[in-house]
Amino acid sequence: MITTTQLHPDESEHTMPQYLLSVWHDDDYGDADFSDPELQRQMAQTGAFNEEVTAAGAWVFGNGLHSKASATVVRPSNGQVSMTDGPYAESKEQMGGFWVIEAPDLDAALEWARKGALACEGPVEVRPFHGE
Amino acid sequence: MSDDLASVFRRETGRCTATLIRILGDVDLAEDAVAEAFAIAAERWPVAGTPPNPGAWIVTTARNRAIDHLRRESTRDARQRASHHLHETDMDAEPNPDLDQLDGFVDVVADDQLRLMFLCCHPALSPDAQVALTLRLLGGLDTPEIARAFVIPEATVAQRIVRAKRKLRDNNAPYRIPRPAELPGRLRPVLAAIFLIFTEGHTATTGTSLTRTDLSDEAIRLGAVLVELMPDEPEALGLLALMVLTDARRPARTAPDGSMIRLADQDRSLWDGELIARGHALVQTCLRRDQPGPYQFQAAIAAVHADATSHAATDWPQIVALYDQLRAQRPDPVVGLNRAIAIGEARGATAGLDELALLDTDRLADYQPFHAAHADLLVRADRPADAVEAYDRALALTTNPSERAFLLGQRALAAQPD
Repeated sequence: MITTTQLHPDESEHTMPQYLLSVWHDDDYGDADFSDPELQRQMAQTGAFNEEVTAAGAWVFGNGLHSKASATVVRPSNGQVSMTDGPYAESKEQMGGFWVIEAPDLDAALEWARKGALACEGPVEVRPFHGE
Repeated sequence: MSDDLASVFRRETGRCTATLIRILGDVDLAEDAVAEAFAIAAERWPVAGTPPNPGAWIVTTARNRAIDHLRRESTRDARQRASHHLHETDMDAEPNPDLDQLDGFVDVVADDQLRLMFLCCHPALSPDAQVALTLRLLGGLDTPEIARAFVIPEATVAQRIVRAKRKLRDNNAPYRIPRPAELPGRLRPVLAAIFLIFTEGHTATTGTSLTRTDLSDEAIRLGAVLVELMPDEPEALGLLALMVLTDARRPARTAPDGSMIRLADQDRSLWDGELIARGHALVQTCLRRDQPGPYQFQAAIAAVHADATSHAATDWPQIVALYDQLRAQRPDPVVGLNRAIAIGEARGATAGLDELALLDTDRLADYQPFHAAHADLLVRADRPADAVEAYDRALALTTNPSERAFLLGQRALAAQPD
């Protein structure tokens, strides 16, 4: 049966789409100097952005990550696991943090990404999560 | 397909698909339904006659078939599909009608075509994907037609289209007209995609000339639709004017043997006067708006060319002035190159060469027209040996046989002592 529910997913049953907004760095930031005024400005801007996302009801989660030197990869192998030091991807670029947001559609998510990128002064990748 | 049906298909398929996407909330479903409706039309119209409103007939038939299919689908499938639906978030848009309560004809809604243009040219898609999706959904071209027109493998086109649709669906891309604040950023890729379709048709590099001409026509049709739907956008007008004025020169651009004829050598009596008049009227409308932009400047330049009875009679200082303004808005080396060529005409070959020397030649090193223009200026500056070298660089970058023949001829003239 075709009903309007199919065309207008019932808001009470249908959760809003969620998007991953990840922030990327071109180099290791492990030895970042937190007294650097540039970094302080970015952190203040990012704090204000976080508040805006929260106030809009779009916030699901968000935080910054320690540098890639802090990463450990755990790999499954025949029911056991092995561990290696360092990040999984051997690329220069690394994810420095991310937000998970709720947005009605891609354009709304891209608008948050625009504001986020300007706040943290770095590129932001937008990816949708699978639905329910 | 009969001629009658083919022309309805050309005219209506994009409009119908656009409306069906809104009604059904799904691109693939809408495409399939429209294709099925045209297949039914191909059987019925020759017998029963073409209906008075073919577009509404197609939309209504397509909608009814889609409802039939959806009813037959299992609830699970339907629910899965629902989660993939494009989201309707435009507050001003009419609400989706309840399919069960829709009786009689559904009319095509003009705004739907605009929604579809913005969807196909979403900035989250690559320009290649934008162009392919626009031609497919709004132009009704099938994958082999697009592949032939762009001289790329069918599999590449198919993959581009499938990936683009999947990306839009996975990301919940909205089916709406962008808000005024978003519009400049969202309109730019729409204009660029239409212009890319046009230039691909106009500067035929390879492929059969017939498909190429179709591409230019389709781009002009899309440009006209955009102007009709967004009459207050001066750059949309500028783009249409630019395409119309450029297209007016089409009959004079190729010799009977298919080789290319330069603007300077074209028989201007072959230019299409009707198109020139239409282009001029559009440029005048732009000028009255007084919100100039890159497409409008290019259209104005094309209009100055159209006014000249001969290459020599062209108002070159005016063209240089327009390129100055264009370059202020779009400082890219190709604009600089065209400006240098115009300066070469307005103030002599040496002045043109001086301008050329100021350009970022690293970025133009692999650009064939740069070397061809350089060679031409060197010939006119009486430096034949340098010109031959520049022609060799141009020839090394040329893939188009007619262009190659032209450059070889010019090179031979330059190499010949007077």
